[in-house]
Amino acid sequence: MSDRLTRDDVAKVADLARLALSDAELDLFTEQLGAVLDHADDVAALDLSEVAPTAHPLPLINVVRDDVVRPCLDREEVLAQAPAVEDGRFRVPAILGEEP
Amino acid sequence: MAELPRTAVAIAAAVRSGEVSAAEVLEAHLAEVDRREDEVHAFNLVTADAARAAAAAVDRRVAAGEDPGPLAGVPLALKDNLCTRGVPTSCSSRILETWCPPYDATVVERVAAAGAVPLGKTNLDEFAMGSSTENSAFGPTRNPRDTGRVPGGSSGGSAAAVAAGFAPVSLGSDTGGSIRQPAALCGVVGAKPTYGLVSRYGLVAFASSLDQIGPFAATVADAALLLEVIAGHDPMDSTSIDVPPPALGAGLDGGVAGLRVGLVSELTGEGIAPDVAARVRQAADALAAAGAEVGEVSVPATAHGLSAYYLIAPAEASSNLARYDGVRYGLRVDGATTAEMNTATRTAGFGAEVKRRIMLGTYALSAGYYDAYYGKALKVRTLVVRDFEAAYERFDLLLAPTSPTTAFRFGDKTDDPLAMYLNDVCTIPSNLAGHPAVSVPFGAGADGLPVGVQLLAPALGEATMFRAAAALEAAAPPLEEAYA
Repeated sequence: MSDRLTRDDVAKVADLARLALSDAELDLFTEQLGAVLDHADDVAALDLSEVAPTAHPLPLINVVRDDVVRPCLDREEVLAQAPAVEDGRFRVPAILGEEP
Repeated sequence: MAELPRTAVAIAAAVRSGEVSAAEVLEAHLAEVDRREDEVHAFNLVTADAARAAAAAVDRRVAAGEDPGPLAGVPLALKDNLCTRGVPTSCSSRILETWCPPYDATVVERVAAAGAVPLGKTNLDEFAMGSSTENSAFGPTRNPRDTGRVPGGSSGGSAAAVAAGFAPVSLGSDTGGSIRQPAALCGVVGAKPTYGLVSRYGLVAFASSLDQIGPFAATVADAALLLEVIAGHDPMDSTSIDVPPPALGAGLDGGVAGLRVGLVSELTGEGIAPDVAARVRQAADALAAAGAEVGEVSVPATAHGLSAYYLIAPAEASSNLARYDGVRYGLRVDGATTAEMNTATRTAGFGAEVKRRIMLGTYALSAGYYDAYYGKALKVRTLVVRDFEAAYERFDLLLAPTSPTTAFRFGDKTDDPLAMYLNDVCTIPSNLAGHPAVSVPFGAGADGLPVGVQLLAPALGEATMFRAAAALEAAAPPLEEAYA
């Protein structure tokens, strides 16, 4: 099992990813993610200093559409799928802690 | 359905000529769904009423002297991560359980415009993350060849739908093997096209630099027909390549005389079940007997492909799945603040494997680890591309197993994510390179379950790849014949 990934690391990552993990899940994920990272050691050990990264398999760059106004998704149809709506907009709970 | 045509090619021809109706073809397939779907669970949703309306529309067009298109009256199943307007598209996740997209995916529009009759939405590993469909929030799909075994994944429902005879063709998506591996395990044909050949507009994103939509079919000719229909440039997908769609069907019987085929040595030894490796060598012999020049080739970087993939795909997934925040669509679990609502929603809505990959990806992208993991993985991707380029200087196509084993039992690998990930070792290199590959059934393993062999081609090499796939299909031992 990996010693580079600690339970605290996993808790921090869960917080970043907006996931609440139980104590049992924290233990399990620490072990499982450590095993995957151990397997990735073969990659981490390679000397790739002279190799350029490939972020994408195609050499397409700066693909832009024609600057023409076109119909877009129907607003009511889109809002109909939202959990909460008010005045034609998405409604959410307080963002900064104060009462809305 | 003794009197009715079985393949998509034959159904479309018979419906276009008025010899059979789309309605009777549809009813025969719905009868098969009624007979076995409870046992197989290929579908999250069967849209029988919409299918009957679509079939009736095809029949009206034929009666009016019009041509409904190359898939006239062909029943087709759609993986449930392809958006269908007004029809639930769940990705087999609680977080999208009741979501009805406000638009159709481009591929859904294309098959409908070609006269196909969509039957419903097929089960998958949640958000296409998995190799067995055991990660579906709505229960696993069972392999129609042996319902005690997994169908593979993530497109297990689409593979099973074809294997069970529910539909002659279906659509899936392939990020690390999610079309080819279930095709192999269910004994059907499955192809991942060149990255960019098929529009992904309306495919719910998993790992955007790897995802590609492709066909499942019982025959190579049917897979080629469906790919011809869905391929082609789409301005709605900025990664779509602007090249003419490939003509595949016409060249299928061209044979393999003089074709140079390389057996990938890294994918035929350690880690591959002996009976699977033996079937692959038998396939190589069959191609040689048909006139191909077969040799062995080393593609060393494939050894590192799995590690690179399981850093790159989770990293992209962690970014793509950030959109499920309870604000605009899908599940919301209330909280006092938006941040609490976000966390409560994602914690309740995602299953364990999705959480695992989001965590892995978030970690691989986080400050201090980016260079060591994600950055290095992108460089390994360059090595894979280079090694394939070197191999394709000597060979037209490469040959490898699709999956290291035949279909495994439920629960065999669910406790060990890494063991599950190792299933994808043969399929991942093509995704990393953006190249096409196809899995063709080639007899059974020692356990009597189907073995798939994989043909790999360079970018846009689909025509040659399908021609060789047809030759393999013609030479394949019967599926029922266990390897001895």
